[in-house]
Amino acid sequence: MKIRSQTSMVFHLDKCIGCHTCSIACKNIWTDRQGAEYMWWNNVETKPGTGFPTQWEDQEKYKGGWELKNGKVELKLQNRLQTFANLFSNPAMPTMDDYYEPWTYKYGDLFNSPLGDDQPTARPISRIDGKPIDIEAGPNWDDDLGGSNIYAVNDPLLDTMSAEEKQRLFSIEQLFYFYMPRICNHCLNAGCVAACPSGAIYKRAEDGIVLINQDKCRGWRMCVSACPYKKTFYNWSTGKSEKCILCYPRLESGQAPACFHSCVGRIRYLGALLYDADQIEDAVKVPDDQLVQRQREMILDPHDPKVVAAAKENGIPDGVITAAQHSPVYRYVKEWELALPLHPEYRTLPMLFYVPPLLPVLNAVQQNGTQRVETDLFSSLENARVPVRYMSRTLAAGNDELVLKAYRKMIAVRLYKRAQTVGDVTVEEANAALAKAGMDAEEAEAIYHLTSLPSYQERFMIPPASREGDIEEIYDPQQRKAEAGFGRSQGARRGL
Amino acid sequence: MSWIEEISNPHARQWEEFYRNRWQHDRVVRSTHGVNCTGSCSWMIYVKDGIVTWELQAIDYPTLQPGIPPYEPRGCQRGISFSWYQYSPIRVKYPYMRGALLDLWRKAKEQHKDPVEAWTAVIENEAARKSFHQARGKGGFRRVKWDEALELIAASTIYTVKKYGPDRIIGFSPIPAMSMLSYAGGSRFMQLLGGVSMSFYDWYSDLPPASPETWGEQTDVAESADWYNAKFIASVGSNMSMTRTPDVHFAAEARHNGTKLVVFAPDFNQVAKYADWWVPVHAGQDGAFWMAVNHVIMNEFHYQNPTPYFLDYLRRYTDSPFLVELNEADGKYVPGRMIRAAQVERTRDVENGEWKFLVWDEISDAPRMPQGSLGFRWQKQKGQWNLEPKDGLDGSEIRPQLTFLGSAEQLSVSFAEFGENKSFQRNVPVRYIETVNGKIPVTTIYDLLMAQYGVGRGLEGDYPASYDDETLSYTPAWQERYTGIDRQTVIQFAREWATTAVKTEGKCMVIIGAGVNHWYHNNLIYRACIGTLLLTGCVGRNGGGLNHYVGQEKLAPMAPWASIAFALDWQKPPRQMNTPSFHYVNTDQWRYERTYTEPQPVSRPESERHCNMTQEHTLDAQIRAVRMGWLPSYPQFNVSSLEIVRRAEQAGAKSDAEIKQWIVNQLKSGELKFAVQDPDAPENWPRLWFIWRGNALNASAKGQEYFFKHYLGTHHQVIAEEVDKSHFHEVVYRDEAPEGKLDLVVDINFRMDTSALYSDIVLPAASWYEKDDLNTTDMHSFIHPLQMAVPPSWESKSDWDIFKILAGKVSELAQTYLPEPVRDLVAMPLQHDTSAEMAQAHIRDWAKGECEPIPGVTMPNFVVVERDYVNLGRRFISYGPKVPKEGFAVHGIHMEVGDLYQELVESRPTVSWNGKRYPSLEFARDAANVILHLAPETNGEVAYRAFKAEEERMGLKLIDLAEPTRASRLTFTEILRQPRRLLNSPIWTGIMTDGRPYAAYTLNVERFVPWRTLTGRQHFYLDHEGYLAYGEYLPTYKPRPDALAFGDLEKSRSEGKTIRLNYLTPHAKWHIHSNYFDNDRMLTLSRGIEPMWISEQDAKEIGIVDNDWVELYNDHGTTVTRAIVSARIPPGICIVYHAPERTVSTPKSPMRGNKRAGGHNSPTRIHLKPSLMVGGYGQFTYGFNYWGPTGVNRDTFVLIRKLPGKPEF
Repeated sequence: MKIRSQTSMVFHLDKCIGCHTCSIACKNIWTDRQGAEYMWWNNVETKPGTGFPTQWEDQEKYKGGWELKNGKVELKLQNRLQTFANLFSNPAMPTMDDYYEPWTYKYGDLFNSPLGDDQPTARPISRIDGKPIDIEAGPNWDDDLGGSNIYAVNDPLLDTMSAEEKQRLFSIEQLFYFYMPRICNHCLNAGCVAACPSGAIYKRAEDGIVLINQDKCRGWRMCVSACPYKKTFYNWSTGKSEKCILCYPRLESGQAPACFHSCVGRIRYLGALLYDADQIEDAVKVPDDQLVQRQREMILDPHDPKVVAAAKENGIPDGVITAAQHSPVYRYVKEWELALPLHPEYRTLPMLFYVPPLLPVLNAVQQNGTQRVETDLFSSLENARVPVRYMSRTLAAGNDELVLKAYRKMIAVRLYKRAQTVGDVTVEEANAALAKAGMDAEEAEAIYHLTSLPSYQERFMIPPASREGDIEEIYDPQQRKAEAGFGRSQGARRGL
Repeated sequence: MSWIEEISNPHARQWEEFYRNRWQHDRVVRSTHGVNCTGSCSWMIYVKDGIVTWELQAIDYPTLQPGIPPYEPRGCQRGISFSWYQYSPIRVKYPYMRGALLDLWRKAKEQHKDPVEAWTAVIENEAARKSFHQARGKGGFRRVKWDEALELIAASTIYTVKKYGPDRIIGFSPIPAMSMLSYAGGSRFMQLLGGVSMSFYDWYSDLPPASPETWGEQTDVAESADWYNAKFIASVGSNMSMTRTPDVHFAAEARHNGTKLVVFAPDFNQVAKYADWWVPVHAGQDGAFWMAVNHVIMNEFHYQNPTPYFLDYLRRYTDSPFLVELNEADGKYVPGRMIRAAQVERTRDVENGEWKFLVWDEISDAPRMPQGSLGFRWQKQKGQWNLEPKDGLDGSEIRPQLTFLGSAEQLSVSFAEFGENKSFQRNVPVRYIETVNGKIPVTTIYDLLMAQYGVGRGLEGDYPASYDDETLSYTPAWQERYTGIDRQTVIQFAREWATTAVKTEGKCMVIIGAGVNHWYHNNLIYRACIGTLLLTGCVGRNGGGLNHYVGQEKLAPMAPWASIAFALDWQKPPRQMNTPSFHYVNTDQWRYERTYTEPQPVSRPESERHCNMTQEHTLDAQIRAVRMGWLPSYPQFNVSSLEIVRRAEQAGAKSDAEIKQWIVNQLKSGELKFAVQDPDAPENWPRLWFIWRGNALNASAKGQEYFFKHYLGTHHQVIAEEVDKSHFHEVVYRDEAPEGKLDLVVDINFRMDTSALYSDIVLPAASWYEKDDLNTTDMHSFIHPLQMAVPPSWESKSDWDIFKILAGKVSELAQTYLPEPVRDLVAMPLQHDTSAEMAQAHIRDWAKGECEPIPGVTMPNFVVVERDYVNLGRRFISYGPKVPKEGFAVHGIHMEVGDLYQELVESRPTVSWNGKRYPSLEFARDAANVILHLAPETNGEVAYRAFKAEEERMGLKLIDLAEPTRASRLTFTEILRQPRRLLNSPIWTGIMTDGRPYAAYTLNVERFVPWRTLTGRQHFYLDHEGYLAYGEYLPTYKPRPDALAFGDLEKSRSEGKTIRLNYLTPHAKWHIHSNYFDNDRMLTLSRGIEPMWISEQDAKEIGIVDNDWVELYNDHGTTVTRAIVSARIPPGICIVYHAPERTVSTPKSPMRGNKRAGGHNSPTRIHLKPSLMVGGYGQFTYGFNYWGPTGVNRDTFVLIRKLPGKPEF
C-alpha cells in the first residue's frame, strides 16, 4: 500500500446559486494580469450548456483525458512518443474563439470627450489589440440558460442520449438548469502531468496539489490539450501555462482557498482523503460504469488502524491523519456516497466531487390553458423527472444507479426532517424513505448537519502544513525567520 | 503510473515562491460596501504597497442560537469586484466642471470679484444659462481645483437662499443605512441650510404601502437567518438568488431541514430552479392567486373546521372582530366606517372617543372598547395602550366576538369585483346597536372578510357554490383567468400552507419583492398575501411573516442618527419631501398624463361621499394632499420661505403664532399659494440639486427623458404630447412647459456614472475603502463599520468631509450676504407617530369651505425656524444643544440622554465656540461614536430607558428585555474588531434575546405592544373615507391597467417587424442598481452589456436571434441593447434588468434621430396612485419614506424591433 494524502473537495450543487463570487475571488488574486485576462481558474457554468471554453466536454474535438485501449490506458491526445513527435503541432488546442476575446471599455472617453452634440459613451474594445470589438462570446455566455435553443442544445453531453431521452430533456428544457462551478480537479491520474514534455507539472507529495513549475514550463501547451477539463491555460504574456494552484499559499497558512472561502452559497467542502496510490493503475482500467466505485475503493478509511499505521509508515504526519479523520469530503464521498466525480470516464481520477443538484422543481402541467404543479409535498424522484441520465453522464460515467442513490438519500433526509419539525409527513413515511435510501436516522442527521448547519471550520478541515520541515531542507528556519521577504521581487514575464 | 510525477523535494519546488509572493500583503482592514444594497456584508480589504489589491469576506460573525446556520460568509460577486473600481479608468480622481460653465464662471469672476455677484451674472443671463444647460451630458469636462469648484457651489447656494429661499435647494442621496454618515453629511448640510432632503424608499417603489396600511410601520421584516425557522416559504416576485445573494443559503439549508419552498414568478427564475414548486403565475397577477387561497383557507380552516389557533390569533392581534357600520346607499348596503366609542352612550365622553373602536364582547354580550387603539395612545392617562383583552372603560376582561353568524339578522351587502367590474350582493350577519344617533346595523370585519372572499356559510346571496365556480369571486376557479394557474394548485397550496401553519403555530413565510411591489396595484397584491398570513397566525412568529426585501435597509441606530442627519440637534423640523410627488410635479410628467380613472377603477354607489376624489387628475389630487397636510411640498410657497416671515413681520405679526395666522389668512385669501399649485412658474422651480451616493439622473430617474427635458434643458427623446389642459382643474396651467429648471446640478461620486456625466460639477468622492462610516441592514442584526483601508485616493474626499468643507465655504460667504440669523418658515405635513394621527376623522377641505384652516389639523403645520448661516460650518461639526435638552423621540418613544451627552463632552473629542463646548462631529469617526453611544440598539442604558418609556405608555412590563444587556456599550473600535449584534430595542419589533433571530412583530405578539395603527391591531380593513371611495377598504383584486391605459404608445408606430411587450426591469444579477454595472469584471461575466431578455416565441415573431441588437421604444424614450433569447422567459414580457448606465456601450438610436439611446428608465414615466396620498388619519399619516404614492414602473409597454444596420457609437 502506498498511502498518500490528497487535499480534496466537494461542491454541493443543490446549494449553488451561480453567483460567481468564487470566480472573482480567484480572478482578483491570481489571474488579473496581462496574459491571464481570459483565464478563469475557477468558473461557473450553467448546465446544460456549452461551458468554458466552449464545448470543453467534446473530447472528440479537444482530445483531453485518457482512453482505455486494449486493456491499456493512454492519453487520448497522443502517447508519449507521439508527444515528442508532435511538439510543434497540436491540433486539439482550443483557440481564442473557443475561449473568448477579452475586452474592456474606453472609459476615458467619459472624461476626455470634448463638448459635442451628443452624449459620450465608453464603447467596448479588445484587450488584445485595443480596437473596438463586437462582443460575441464571453466566459459565461450562456449564464442562466441564456439562449437555450442555441447554446444548451449544443451541450456535448446530449449527443449520446437516445431520441426519447432528448425529447424528455427538451420538453422540460425551459425548466431545467443548474450551475456547475469548476476548478482544477487535482487529479490522481492527471492528463496534464502526463502530457508535459518538459516535466514541469507535478503533484505535490504532501497534498496532491497539481502545479506547473513556472521555471520549467516551456509553453508547449500539451497540458492544455491533455486536460479534459480545460483547466490549464496558456499565459500569452509569460509564455508559460498556468492553472489553479488550490491557493496553496493560503492552505499552507491554514486558510481555505479563496474560491472556497468566498463561496456565499456555502456549497464547498475541503479536506484530506487518504488513498492507496498503488491502486491507481488498476482503478483507471475498469469499465466506465465501475469507475466511480473503484475510485471510492481507493479511498481508505482513515479510522482503520491498519490504514493509520500504513499512513504513518508512508510518512504522513499525524496532523494530516487527524484532519483526514475529520474530513467532510470523506463523509460525502465515501461514507454517504453522495458526492461524485466529474466525468470519471476521462479516467483522470479527479479529486473534486459533486453532490448532484436536487432539482426538485416540477414542470407545470398544462391543463385547459392553465398550469398545475404536481401534488407531492416534495418532489418524489419519479415525479421530479430529474434528468438522471444527464446527471449520470456528467458525474457517474453513465451509471444511473449512483445518481439515484444520492437523490434517494437527499429526499429521505428532507422527509425525515419534515416529519421531525412539522409532522405533516408521518414518521412511518419518513422511515420508509430512509429505508429505501438505505440509511438510518443517524446518517440522516449527520447529512443534514453537514448540509445545513456547518461552520467554516466544519466545511474546511485544512490539513496542517509543516512548512518548517520543508524550509529546513534549504535554510535554517531561524535564519528564514530573520530573512524571509528581504530582497526584490520582480514581475512575471516572458523567459522568466 | 510512472508518468504522474510526484515531488516532495523542496529544492525542486523553490519556484513555488512565485505564487506565495503574490499572496503576501501588508495590511488587512475591515470595511464594507456603501452601495444601495441590503447586503451589509463585512469584508476584509487587503492592502499591499499602499494599494488595495483584493477583498475577501470576513468570517467572524458571532453565531446566533444553536441550530441556526452561521451567517458567514456574506458578500457576493458584485461586492468582491469592488476593488476593480478603486484604481479603474472610470474612477473620478479630481473635481470636474463642464467647460461651458467653467468659461462663463471664469469670465464672470474676472468682472466680479465677489463670487455671489459672479454667479448672479452667469445665471441671470438667460443665454449664458441656456448655453451650459444645453451642454449637459455632452462631454467637455475640465479638471478644476477644489477651491474653484467649492466657491462656485457656495455662491450658487447663497444666491438661491437669498433669491428664492432655501427650500429651492434639494439634496438626494438614497438609503442611508449602508453608509449612514456619508448620507448624513449631505443631509445635515441641507437641513442646516433649510434645504430639502428627498425621500428614496417610496421613490424607488421599494416602500410597500401595504405595510403602513396594515401595520402602521414603514417596513419590518425578519433577518435572513429566520428563513431557516420557516417550514413553508412562498417566494413571491422575489429572486433571492439574484438579489439576496449572501442570504439565500438559508433558504437552501432550510429545504434540507424539511422546509417547502414555492416560487411564484412568471419567468423560470434562478430561485425557481430549486423550488419544490414553481408556480408560473402571469406577471403582476399574484393577487388573484392569494385571494383564492384565502377563500380556501377561510372555508376549510375557519368555517368548516374552525382552527382554534387561527381564530384566537385573529381575535387578539387583528382588527377582524371590530365593528363596522353598514350604510345604506341607493337601496343597497355597503360597508362603512368602524364604530367609534363616541358613537355609543356608554363611552361617548371618553377622551379621543373618535379614535377608539368597538368590538362585540362575548362575556358582557355588549359592545366594548378594547384597549390599545389610537385614542389610548395619545390620551393623557398612560398605561392603556396595549393589546390585553380588556375594556378601556372599566378594565373588565373581554372576549371579542369574531362573527355574528347565527344571529337572526342579516343584510344583503354589496361587494365589488373589479376584475369584471361587477358587484355582488351577499348576505352578512348583523347586529343592531344603539348609538347616540339611533339604531344602526353593524357587522364584524371578520364577517365582511368571509363575505368578501365568497365563503357563504349557508347565507343567502351571490356566494359561489363550490371552488369550481368561475364567475363568483374569489374562488380557485375564478382566479384561473388572471393567473393562468389551475384551481387545484390553489387548493393544494392553501391546504399545505394552513396545515403547516397549524402544526408549527405560524411558521409559514412570504418572501416578497419588487416583482410585486413595482406594479401599480402593489398594495392590493400585498394585502392579499398578508391576508393569508394573518388568517393563519403567521405574523409575529419566528419563521413566519411578510418579508419584503426591497431596498429597505434598516437603519438600526435611528434615533441619534436622525438627530445628526437632519440637524435636529440644532433645529426642528427638517424639510423632508416625498420624492415621487416632487419629480411628478417638477419634471412636468403630469403634463403628459390623463385623468386616472382608467387604471384605478372604483365601484361604489354614486351617492357615496368623496366619489369626486376618484375622478380627478393626479396633480389635482396632489395639490389637495398638500393643502390638507397629507403630504409635504417643497418648494413650499410661491414666495421664499425667508421672505414670507419678513412680510408677516412687516404686516405686524410679532409672535410665531401671529406669523402662522398671517400665513393662514394669506393662503385662505389666495394671496399666497403653494408652489405646487403653479409648478411651472419660475419662482417655484427647484434650483440647485446636490446628488451624492446615488444615481438620481439614471438608476432612479423614472421618466428619465422628462428629467433631461424639464430639469436639465438638454437633449431628450420625449415624443409624447402633453394632454389637453381640460384635464386639470386646480393647477395653474402654463401653455409652455419650462425646460432647464435647475440652475446647477452637483454630483459627488467616485465613478463617472450617468448622473455625474450629466451634472455641471462632479466632485471626487472617497470610495468605500477610503472612509469611516457605519452600516446596518434588515437582512441581519449586526452593525458594521466602513473603514479607511487607504487614504482617499488622488484628490477625493469623503462625503462627510466634502459637505463639512462646503458648509464652511457657505459660512464665509454668509458673512457678507446673510450676516445675521434669519427666520425661515417651515411648512410640514401631519406626522405619523404624533397626535396628528387624530387630526382628520373626515375629509374636510378648508379650501372648499368645509372646515376652518387650522395649521397642524386641517392643513400643514407652520413652524418658524432660525437659520444661522454664518455659523453653519461650526454647527455642522458640533453636536448641538437640542439633544441634551429634548432627548430623542422615535416612533413616539421618548428617550432622555442628557447625561450621556455629557459623557461625550467629557470623554470624546469636542469643539468649542462662542463659549460653549460640544461633542465633536468634525470627523466621521467622531460622529459614529456619538451614534453608537446614544442609540438604544448599541447602548444598553439607552435601550433600558426606551423600554422604560414604552412600559409607561403601555402599562405592561417590558424592561426584562433590556436588563441583561443594560451595561453593554459599543464603540467604533469595537465593531472594527468583530461584527457586533444589536440589542433589543422598542423602536423595532423583534425580540433578539440570546441569539434568537430577529422576526418582525414578535414583540407585539408576545408582549402585547400595539401596532401603530387605528385599532392598534393589524388591519384587514381600511375605513379612511378615501379608501371607501376607492373601493379598497377590504383586501381585493384590481386588474392590471391595460397596455394603453398609461399612454406609452400613442405616437410610437411599428416599423417593420415590431412587437409590443410589457417592459420589466427587475433587480439584476451582475449589478446592484447601476453600481458594478460598469465594472468590467461583471460585464465580462455577463454579456458585456445589459441585454434584453425575450422569449423564443416573441423573438421569432420579430425575426431576432440571440445577441442581435434590438431597439426598444415608446413615446417616452428608447433603449438599444442586445437580445438574450431564452425559453426561461414567457411570451408577452421582456426584461431589462435594472439599472444599466448609458455611459457604457450604449449605441445611438436610429428611431430618435440617431442620438444616444437611453437607459432602462428612458421608456418609463411615473404614475402615482392617488389613493396613497391620503393623510392625517391613523396609520395614513405622513412619514418620510413611510407614506405616500410610490414610483411604480412595471406597467410600462414598449415596442421592440431589430436594430436596423450596425450599431453606431
